[in-house]
Amino acid sequence: MREDCAIAVDDLTVAYNYKPVLWDIDLAIPEGVLMAIVGPNGAGKSTLIKSILDIIKPIAGSVRIFGKPYKQQHKEVAYVPQKGSVDWDFPTTALDVVMMGTYGSLGWIKRPRQKQRKLALEALEKVGMLEFKSRQISQLSGGQQQRIFLARALVQNASIYLMDEPFQGVDATTEKAIINILKELRKAGKTVIVVHHDLQTVPEYFDWVTFLNVKKIATGPVKDIFNDDNLTKTYGINYKVSVQQ
Amino acid sequence: MTSAQVEIQLIASIVAIACAIPGTFLVLRKMAMISDAISHSILPGIVVGFFLTEDLNSPWLILLAALTGVITVFLVEYIQKTGLVKEDTAIGLVFPALFSIGVILIAKNANDIHLDIDAVLLGELAFAPFDRLVVNGIDLGPKSLWVIGTILVLTLGLLFIFFKELKLSTFDKGLATSLGFSPVLLHYGLMSVASVTTVGAFDAVGAVLVVALMIAPPAMAYLLTNDLKKMLALAAFFGVLGALGGYWLAHGLDASIAGSMTSVLGVLFLIVYLFAPDKGLLSVMYRQRRQKIEVHLLTFLLHLQNHEEASERHVKHLNEHINWQTVRSKSVLELALKNNMITISDDIISLTAKGKEFTKEAINYIMTNKSAAIEEMKDRFFLFRG
Repeated sequence: MREDCAIAVDDLTVAYNYKPVLWDIDLAIPEGVLMAIVGPNGAGKSTLIKSILDIIKPIAGSVRIFGKPYKQQHKEVAYVPQKGSVDWDFPTTALDVVMMGTYGSLGWIKRPRQKQRKLALEALEKVGMLEFKSRQISQLSGGQQQRIFLARALVQNASIYLMDEPFQGVDATTEKAIINILKELRKAGKTVIVVHHDLQTVPEYFDWVTFLNVKKIATGPVKDIFNDDNLTKTYGINYKVSVQQ
Repeated sequence: MTSAQVEIQLIASIVAIACAIPGTFLVLRKMAMISDAISHSILPGIVVGFFLTEDLNSPWLILLAALTGVITVFLVEYIQKTGLVKEDTAIGLVFPALFSIGVILIAKNANDIHLDIDAVLLGELAFAPFDRLVVNGIDLGPKSLWVIGTILVLTLGLLFIFFKELKLSTFDKGLATSLGFSPVLLHYGLMSVASVTTVGAFDAVGAVLVVALMIAPPAMAYLLTNDLKKMLALAAFFGVLGALGGYWLAHGLDASIAGSMTSVLGVLFLIVYLFAPDKGLLSVMYRQRRQKIEVHLLTFLLHLQNHEEASERHVKHLNEHINWQTVRSKSVLELALKNNMITISDDIISLTAKGKEFTKEAINYIMTNKSAAIEEMKDRFFLFRG
């Protein structure tokens, strides 16, 4: 295992009810890349992210963040879940949701104070949502909700950002705004990993890519491995098999 | 008021507040039904606890019964996790089983203990002042007041200490885990508090009605605020209102206190459900109606904008052209006229400069979906004010 990796995944197998959804995954994600995880529905993309975050326990294998287990490194990692994973009718404001990003560094019991509030306001400004800070979260559009989630991750000031479909249900303007922020993060030396659906934008947005379909198909720089061969292996297995016969 | 009346109201109010706090989180976690399960399945715990301690207010009995509540939650989740039945089915399987064990235990030992099914289901709040805490010959008040008072203080303490963690894990369990908190621990902590509170309130309001105190006040508060702290405060307020209102209703009708409390809570909920400013039924209907008119007005203006030829803009032809009935055409026409969006001469309708500007901006709004823009626009055009 390479110790200089931001994330090192070794022999990771995850199963739901003994049905493997991720099968023997090895991944070494170098520091400072902006990486897309692509694959068809049910390929285990979200599961891979959740396993890295220790939200789902694997049945085999290990994950290391800068060479250490996640539990010791959770302050280094920020997470943007799928927008649909929370109840947007929850009684709270945009600012309050962004403040939640500071809870990790606060730890148990300690309360957020002025400092955390200031960080949250700065993050809201970065995603262009400052004017909506007091808005109840259900009153925000889908794209705005996604920006709030992004701000909540930015406020953690982590080294690694894991994002589960941050472009889902957002308009073109928001998508551009989000990708610009992601590129800025990479420029600042952060590692950004994004579950992504739109294959056309992969070369434009990302410099690193992982093809996933239960097993790892390929991982590496976009310019080297983003090709028809890997796309077919990931998305069109049946087609290939029938050709070989 | 006699001192017994004051004591009963005090107990009822404290029970209501103690129930509203875990109840708020149960409602937000969409776990309202689990409180029903807990309130029933703690019965065997109470009965067995009573055999052992022979004191309904013993802390051991409360902890034992609360443990049954937590076991219920665990069983429901365990059955659900097998994937063979859904959560509501699992709840429906677990709590009647445990409750019936309690019922049989009471029936088999009815002669030995002063617990009966009526008391279990509806509580005996009126009798609460008779069972008093006496230390060294000094009367310190009803035992159940001390019991539920202690539970409330503990609940408030835990809420104060773990507010941030509870909020986070209720809103976003995944993030809570990834930030190094333990949603499972918080979940079972909340379930333990809910169970202990249920046992403490059981004596006063019974198994069926403790559910009403846990769910109805937070449900009302949810419709009235967008702030978790305010929701907790409002839930406590409505709980107390229902408790006190119910007590005096029972007093007036000479009826069951617990039954009256629940009825009052029901009526209060109905009022809030109908009249809550933003999320109430009438408000929602009003908003939908307004949206409908807005869309109709826009359709109408857009039609005018798209057609220069006079024949398309004749008042009478509009019915046919946009397929509206006369009444709707008339109301939309009047609205547009009142807002100076159109002028009518010889039954031919023309857009004014203001109407043209509005149509342009409205279409722009629909295309770009910027919600801030339309608010400002409405203000500028004095639209929909009367």
